[in-house]
Amino acid sequence: MSVAAVSVASPSTVVAVPNKAAARPPTARVAFNVNGTAHDLELDTRTTLLDALREHLRLTGTKKGCDHGQCGACTVIVDGRRINSCLSLAVMHDGDMITTIEGLGLPGNLHPMQQAFVVHDGYQCGYCTPGQICSAVAVLDEIKAGIPSHVTADLTGAPTVTRPELRERMSGNICRCGAYSNIVDAIVDVAGGKA
Amino acid sequence: MKSFTFERVDSPAAATMAFTRTPGARFIAGGTNLLDLMKLEIETPGHLIDVSRLGLDKIEPTSDGGVRIGAMVRNTDLAADARIRRDYGLIARALVAGASGQLRNKATTAGNLLQRTRCPYFYDTNQPCNKRKPGSGCAAIAGFSRNHAIVGASDACIATHPSDMAVAMQVLDAAVETVDAAGETRSIGLADLYRAPGNTPQLETVLAPGELITAVTLPKPIGGTHIYHKVRDRASYAFALISVGVVVQRDGSGRVALGGVGYKPWRARSADAELPRGAKAATAVLLADAKATHENAYKLPLVERTLASVLAQAKG
Amino acid sequence: MKFDTPATDNPIDQLKIIGKPTDRVDGPLKTSGTAPYAYERHDVVPNQAYGYVVGSAIAKGQIASMDLKEAKAAPGVLAVVTAASAGMLGKGDFNTAKLLGGPEIQHYHQAVALVVAESFEQARSAAALVRVQYTRSKGNFDLAKSLDGAIKPPASFGAEADSRFGDFDAAFASAPVKLDARYTTPDHSHAMMEPHASIASWDGDKLTLWTSNQMIAWSVGDVAKTLGIPKEKVRLVSPYIGGGFGGKLFVRSDAILAALGAKAAGRPVKVALQRPLIINNTTHRPATIQRIRLGATTDGKLTAIGHESWSGDLKGGGPETAVGQTRLLYAAPNRMTAMRLAVLDLPEGNAMRAPGEAPGLMALEIAIDEMAEKLGIDPVAFRILNDTQVDPEKPERPFSQRRLNECLTMGAEKFGWKDRSPKPGLTRDGRWLVGTGVAAAFRNNINEKSAARVRLDRNGMVIVETDMTDIGTGSYTIIAQTAAEMLGVPLTQVEVRLGDSLFPVSAGSGGQWGANSSTAGVYAACMKLRTAIIDKLRFDPADAVFDKGKVRSRGKSIALAKAAASGEIVAEDLMEYGDLGQKFQQSTFGAHFVEAAVDAATGEIRIRRMLAVCAAGRILNPKAARSQVIGAMTMGAGAALMEELAVDKRFGFFVNHDLAGYEVPVHADIPSQEVIFLDEVDPTTSPMKAKGVGELGICGVAAAVANAVYHATGIRVRNYPVTLDKLIDKLPDVA
Repeated sequence: MSVAAVSVASPSTVVAVPNKAAARPPTARVAFNVNGTAHDLELDTRTTLLDALREHLRLTGTKKGCDHGQCGACTVIVDGRRINSCLSLAVMHDGDMITTIEGLGLPGNLHPMQQAFVVHDGYQCGYCTPGQICSAVAVLDEIKAGIPSHVTADLTGAPTVTRPELRERMSGNICRCGAYSNIVDAIVDVAGGKA
Repeated sequence: MKSFTFERVDSPAAATMAFTRTPGARFIAGGTNLLDLMKLEIETPGHLIDVSRLGLDKIEPTSDGGVRIGAMVRNTDLAADARIRRDYGLIARALVAGASGQLRNKATTAGNLLQRTRCPYFYDTNQPCNKRKPGSGCAAIAGFSRNHAIVGASDACIATHPSDMAVAMQVLDAAVETVDAAGETRSIGLADLYRAPGNTPQLETVLAPGELITAVTLPKPIGGTHIYHKVRDRASYAFALISVGVVVQRDGSGRVALGGVGYKPWRARSADAELPRGAKAATAVLLADAKATHENAYKLPLVERTLASVLAQAKG
Repeated sequence: MKFDTPATDNPIDQLKIIGKPTDRVDGPLKTSGTAPYAYERHDVVPNQAYGYVVGSAIAKGQIASMDLKEAKAAPGVLAVVTAASAGMLGKGDFNTAKLLGGPEIQHYHQAVALVVAESFEQARSAAALVRVQYTRSKGNFDLAKSLDGAIKPPASFGAEADSRFGDFDAAFASAPVKLDARYTTPDHSHAMMEPHASIASWDGDKLTLWTSNQMIAWSVGDVAKTLGIPKEKVRLVSPYIGGGFGGKLFVRSDAILAALGAKAAGRPVKVALQRPLIINNTTHRPATIQRIRLGATTDGKLTAIGHESWSGDLKGGGPETAVGQTRLLYAAPNRMTAMRLAVLDLPEGNAMRAPGEAPGLMALEIAIDEMAEKLGIDPVAFRILNDTQVDPEKPERPFSQRRLNECLTMGAEKFGWKDRSPKPGLTRDGRWLVGTGVAAAFRNNINEKSAARVRLDRNGMVIVETDMTDIGTGSYTIIAQTAAEMLGVPLTQVEVRLGDSLFPVSAGSGGQWGANSSTAGVYAACMKLRTAIIDKLRFDPADAVFDKGKVRSRGKSIALAKAAASGEIVAEDLMEYGDLGQKFQQSTFGAHFVEAAVDAATGEIRIRRMLAVCAAGRILNPKAARSQVIGAMTMGAGAALMEELAVDKRFGFFVNHDLAGYEVPVHADIPSQEVIFLDEVDPTTSPMKAKGVGELGICGVAAAVANAVYHATGIRVRNYPVTLDKLIDKLPDVA
């Protein structure tokens, strides 16, 4: 049997079958969109979204800091929500719209959040930075969407952009260089508030 | 990570059938705990069944005035739901005290309940651990046990259950609805979902192999003041040292459950009854059979003091 | 160029670009994810295979047998490297334990194998199939139980293990006010965000490593020595480094195993240390047990200062030099320090941000707080009262600059210190007990020789090449600022290339020497380039001015590009140092102020305010320097409140060996931070007149936090980290 992946029944059902003849590990097909570009990949089922981005699509802006959901360096935005791409299988993202740091902006055409990080020196070694920026962009959307946080005083009210809110919501992105207070300044700047 | 085959299913029945068809299979939804453990080969499924697209992502009213939370409702969505925030604030509070924004965007309601312990010896495959490798011993009991259980533990295991959400759900008398391979459904009170470690700490819940959680149900709202206090060294993105969830009514009656102290959210109806008499009385019941190590004995006074603080806040 | 007399006026003093808060020149690359780190170099060499490291399951003993059959047969596997197959390996000068263990095992998670496969997933899964049988031997893992056997270590970084001045014993015995207290600091992990990672590629007998390393030249030497090949055959490339803090000063197993793996597989191999492996596989800041004795007159003059420290390391390792600052920080006519070193079989200890001073001040600055309280003197005033402007052990030797008192005074004013109650435990804000604390910061200045090459190309671009590294410190930017200032060009006309062993050898990044030393090397090369340009243009060196991209002399003005019209002009030079560092005690100073709140019920501690005032010579880029300080303050907050590698004293390893178990501060732990730099130039350090701040910033922070917690609660914790379990039994009763 040489079929590595077949689509059966409903189009959303994918079955991956081990390819014993070639002693290759099971693979599966997955199609998703990254930064506006459609990709159709056949991947070892074990491939995380993070490794699919970094090793297969060579989009290395998304960083691997811990590979266990403990640092946030791998944060990307999937269908408008930030997630840790290290704890997600690539094959589970069929049909998803994925935005990575490269999709936010590149030198010469930086996203306002990227520019604010430069102006406020919201980074040092730069390794957690793409994750911080992806998270920061999504955090402002989460506040806008009314999603509460641990420090939201009134659970039934709408949260606002305050420094304590930003600090709490950004806490899944570790920066060992300790640029935290500059990062919060950058986000406040982009939010346009005085916070 | 061992290699595995992968399939996506689109109904609970297809999920349980797939499980029956494929020995060594596991369900995967958010994956935030399972993949973590698979990378370390603490979990080694040969087949993954993607249950993230079963349509179990709704929060609906039930006929008895409560709500049914689909098993695949993401933690973020559950915490943000208007009814949950209004009527079951403790759950929203517990959810946002857990993990990080990114993880809550992936993690599901059922997955949160079924997450495994964060005991560092469980996580290190070089070390003895009865939960990971039955019969190998428990390295935590005489080792680094600062974060470990003080109630309900055994000589085989002192691991804690790490969920915050489960503590709140325990206070609110939640139950899980399941479906098994034969298509049989049942409802299990959260209090009955988790098994005490005893001599078999590898068996963590009463779920049968292939039994899938489809929903969590909450009885009708009970009002009261909802407070969840998670105590931790780091201000965020850290597991609880202990946590205290309470719902306190105007007359001083109420309910309480503890997190970070045992293999499940720790609640005792007899402790609820003591709440009007204060933290000391309720804690005495909750921790009546507590057994601490040298490193986690601080949890004993911490529980009482935190509960006292929470009750004082509830009075306003 | 040799720097042996204090600097006079030079082109840097124009301060058109130097001294200005300047955005990082590498900012757009870093914020867009396009700055390439070691593991990401898909561009440099094709056909890269993946390596996965297997760490030892025991702390000490022998590998009895290894079964590689299953691993080798696993899908995609190209090679398995072990000590048995790797041939004779040496050990680097900067390593204590071997980077590939076997048959002898020296510490937990010491690498014992590398599995190389076509894909990461295949390498990881095959690594789990490497079967190793060990014979465990008894190890020593408990520092507290090893004090009796601890030995006096040889001098380390020029510092003797013991120092004595005056008659400490008599002075302490007769002092009317005394403190004798014991403090402990735990093992710390650097926990930089980028794991140690390398790509190795062989071209015949020549090895190139794209790696993540703070010290290129040291590490070229150690790679060569470990692999037994000539240094000339090794090239290291490390343009971007995702944090180091001392953890990447040395060659680690990723580099050596990538090289061995590439050799075995016959193609390039990349290896990143898995996060759960890093803490035990690499180095850490060793724990200390410290005893501090202070004697003073009733009016608050210190008469006796004694500081002893015990730490442990693997056989052949060194001590944590925690007593160093105590020889210089406060005046007192009678003094002693001592360090003792125990042999422990834990992973190897080594430098982490401000080695010595960071843990030393964690203890000393609590002791000073305790002594001030005993004397009934405000802790700011007590420090000022015991200031010294000379090396206390060599009164004829002055500090080149010492403005600690000004740091303290200014900080006290900015922080609102005068309103502080002298009694602890009195301020309440709802359920929070609130307190403030202060500590002095001290870190010696070190100058290291550093070379650079500067090119002026036909387009008038100035290109700087040096093997200096930027570990987040801002090296790219301050080097660009230096070259721009020296040659009178805008920043956009400078390109800086770093971290390649093909470039001249720099000071590297460590010991907070990088900023001053590396820019001084660039200064030297730029001086030479200026001379070459002047010669080329036949201008008069006496009146030539480099400004606005042109050189002016006697009314003539020629664009730099024109000077290089007939070909690139290249100059290379090295800055080295005479004995100014001996004639003067060169140090950096600061004062940290912290407000902390403690939950009166639970003992949870949250920092509310942090202020640092620093005196550290000329600040080359106030924006980047400020970031260095706030980052160090953050790491200091971690050391104060949460960071501790938990030692399993039975099995001999750090148990909490990942980023969930080893907690470092997150956003929610850190409030807005304020940093003030005193306007200072130090002409004895280099023509840049600068020192460093990257390590000064962490020095004293943890003690300021601990002192604030004491002030909030009245509970003195002398064992770090200061966590709620150490407060819980002494907090006020709750209703």
